[in-house]
Amino acid sequence: MSVEIKTAAIDPVRQTFSHVARRLGADKPASRYQEATFDLQSDCNFHYRPLWDPEHELYDKRRTAIRMNDWYAFKDPRQFYYGTYVLNRAKLQDTAENNFDFVERHGALASLPKGLARRIKAILLPLRHVEYGANLNNCYISAYGWGTAITAATTFAMMDRLGIAQYLSRIGLLIDGNTGESLAVAKDSWMNDPVWQPLRKLVEDNFVIKDWFELFVAQNLVLDGMLYPLVYGRFGGELSQAGGSVVAMLTEFMDTWYAEEVKWVDAFVKTAAAESQENKAQLSAWAREAAARTRDALAPLAKLIYLEEARAVLDDAGAQLQARLVKAGLTV
Amino acid sequence: MTDKTTAAAAPKKLSLKAKYAQLTRGLGWETTYQPPDKVFPQTHFEGIKIHDWEKWEDPFRLTMDAYWKYQAEKEKKLYAIIDAFQQNNGHLNVSDGRYVNTVKLFLTGISPEEYSAHRMFAMLGRNFAGVGPQIAAQMQSIDELRHAQTQIHTISQYNKYFNGMHDFRHMHDRVWYLSVPKSYFEDAMTAGPFEGIVAISFSFEYVLTNLIFMPFMSAAAYNGDMATVTFGFSAQSDESRHMTLGIECIKFLLEQDPGNVPIIQRWIDKWFWRGYRLLTLVSMMMDFMVPKKVMSWKEAWDMYFVQNGGALFRDLERYGLRMPKYWEQTVVAADRLSCEAWNTFYNYAAAANFNPWCPTAEDMDWMSQKYPGTFDKYYRPRFEHYRELEKQGKRFYNTTLPMLCQTCQIPLVFSEPDDPTQTCYRESDYNGMKYHFCSDGCKDIFDHEPEKYVQAWLPVHQIYQGNCFKPGTDPTAKDFNPLAAVLEYYNFGPGDNMDYAGSPDETNWLKWKGLAKSGPLKMAS
Amino acid sequence: MTATQSNVFLALQTNDETRPIIEAIEADNPHAVVHRYPAMVKIDAPGRLVLKRQTVEEITGVEWELQSFHVNLISLSGNIDETEDELVLAWRQ
Repeated sequence: MSVEIKTAAIDPVRQTFSHVARRLGADKPASRYQEATFDLQSDCNFHYRPLWDPEHELYDKRRTAIRMNDWYAFKDPRQFYYGTYVLNRAKLQDTAENNFDFVERHGALASLPKGLARRIKAILLPLRHVEYGANLNNCYISAYGWGTAITAATTFAMMDRLGIAQYLSRIGLLIDGNTGESLAVAKDSWMNDPVWQPLRKLVEDNFVIKDWFELFVAQNLVLDGMLYPLVYGRFGGELSQAGGSVVAMLTEFMDTWYAEEVKWVDAFVKTAAAESQENKAQLSAWAREAAARTRDALAPLAKLIYLEEARAVLDDAGAQLQARLVKAGLTV
Repeated sequence: MTDKTTAAAAPKKLSLKAKYAQLTRGLGWETTYQPPDKVFPQTHFEGIKIHDWEKWEDPFRLTMDAYWKYQAEKEKKLYAIIDAFQQNNGHLNVSDGRYVNTVKLFLTGISPEEYSAHRMFAMLGRNFAGVGPQIAAQMQSIDELRHAQTQIHTISQYNKYFNGMHDFRHMHDRVWYLSVPKSYFEDAMTAGPFEGIVAISFSFEYVLTNLIFMPFMSAAAYNGDMATVTFGFSAQSDESRHMTLGIECIKFLLEQDPGNVPIIQRWIDKWFWRGYRLLTLVSMMMDFMVPKKVMSWKEAWDMYFVQNGGALFRDLERYGLRMPKYWEQTVVAADRLSCEAWNTFYNYAAAANFNPWCPTAEDMDWMSQKYPGTFDKYYRPRFEHYRELEKQGKRFYNTTLPMLCQTCQIPLVFSEPDDPTQTCYRESDYNGMKYHFCSDGCKDIFDHEPEKYVQAWLPVHQIYQGNCFKPGTDPTAKDFNPLAAVLEYYNFGPGDNMDYAGSPDETNWLKWKGLAKSGPLKMAS
Repeated sequence: MTATQSNVFLALQTNDETRPIIEAIEADNPHAVVHRYPAMVKIDAPGRLVLKRQTVEEITGVEWELQSFHVNLISLSGNIDETEDELVLAWRQ
């Protein structure tokens, strides 16, 4: 015998928004990522030309050389909208906080071999300026890119890079006992030490790239794609061997973050490259040019970290990047 | 602490202020390989002078770790409530089906602008040349994205059961009255970064935003809409940070150079008036659209602008700022604004994406009580006339397109400041053409920057020029119906427009609630 | 101090987390007036309003981070000065 629960029929009139249904091909339930992302940016009937760029509309597809039939073809493999993004980062943040707490409570950095502490100061701390540069570059893409699929993802990246700059700062504060002296020294080194000048110049050169997709390639694909394996991957490993597992705790956020970044950045590049031969050629040219510039800019840093092994390590980082480019469909 | 080697063992505890200062210490980019003017190309053209970007103070000093932590806490709470709302058919708990029209107004008029604000603050976050304002603007950029997305997720449930909001962004870019908020935000975004921040952070967020969120959310709570209350108040918890950015930016700009003062005063005059005109939509929401009313527009305007704004401008007097030009007109018009607005939407119900209605007898009594000097004298007779026509089955729909103000894009429906019985018209000549305005405030704005405002995409002009039909429409066809063609361009379906009485929303509401059809007659009696 | 001082205000969500906060504000600001609206409490005070961490902790008996009050904050008015110990809203005239 079956029991029937009688309720007044309260049937929905529709399952999702019309613009979402058009993309799904039918009126069916949509994910929160889809409803929060699709078609959110205005795309027509703009009122005024920007005083700061009268050649273009407020939002304008011509701000990049990349052409897409549909700018919502870009799918974030993490399906981040704001809510899922902050919940994910709050978890990472919680782990990082515990790690920093542990290191601070046990005075763990004080027990590092002296040379190691010096290397951390010399190598990791100036990178906070590179991170803040990455923050500004993702901010640029959020400002002038086309469509929510792009601007949401780069906005999350923008805040991540500020977060990483601040974590690097905290490593300095752990070392210098919260005086900030190590950060001042690192800034001076960043501004004046010949080791850092090519990298500083690279970041500044990237600041003036007008095409936002080219900047995406130069920053998120190429610079990060070489810098992270060079510094956090290999150097992190070396530090651990030298008794610096403490440092690995302090850079855990960066390691986790980078593994995740690679996924969505590659997915975006792959989508753009798959659209047309022209896109593919343009992206490949940008990537080749940026890879050459970036490799040169990182050479002195590689030398500082790895001495005579520098060349091999750089080759390795370059090869990792090449493999990603090929996988994303670029010709290198 | 003299011995540096022991420093790490006994670090001094950092205060919030010191922590923020250390974590952002020296992060600002002073470029040397690329000229600063090329890296930050927008900081000079508006005539604002900045001598020291370091003087920018962020009183909340939120670092990213704290940001993620607190924002995640907010999102956990919010989405728990959204989930419960959806699972329990929470949309059935609102006071009356008419209430949902405020939600439609919100999703089509405000949520897309949250996204605009996300983009605008990204522009500011990149274009300001100091690390303090960069970070504050960036945090606001991501917050605004949050607001757009949480609003969509909350209202998603209403969209499943009610009409008028199913294609909210498409409508936002096209429907006649939605060009009012759209042009407002685009005006700010296409200006320079300093005008942009004075427009949105100060004039809008600090001076006027309380008038949107406080009444909207209190009304939502009072009308049983727990989902909207929750996203609204959750968004407001970010808003206080944004308002602070507004007041800090004003103080910073005023303190940097005395030459900045007159420029800023002009922007405040402009953006106060532009914001006030935008709030016309809020006035009718408060006085006519919420079935259970919290406070009148006039009371809200008095509390949040006259009292609170007055205190603010008294505080800013020491910099040489004064109250925004024409503010006295807003006080005089507080007795009329919502009536003039609701009358307009009643007229043009065929082309709006919600279902207006003639106020009920109780609604009108409430208005008489709140507006004793004006409602019975000027507006009650008109609404009673409409009701009479409805009884005869001749509900009045205005089919003549109205003249729009070139600046605020609202039809010319406002009365003369000194005479509630006369419609206010102003005009200017520019390059051999005549332009029309609803007020002195809007005319002044145009006269200062005519080359900008002549570009406005005015919906009525665009309809007459044939730009508001779907591709493939043939206006020369014998059976061509321009209104139907425009509504098709808006992607209106059955029930998106027209009077609430007899609408699919009303029918469904009565069915779901198990209520008898009352109809406009009984409602009005 | 002028005779007619402008109000500063703080508006908070009505819930169990804000109950001790409101109580603390009332204790530390005898001149403040508390208005209760649907789902919201608005506290007006002539000239100046202070929220102290210590007072909240005394009421609840547990440690409390002042920054966390932002989670329940709806709106405010006045010049802001926030440290880990207190939040002050004030007009300067």
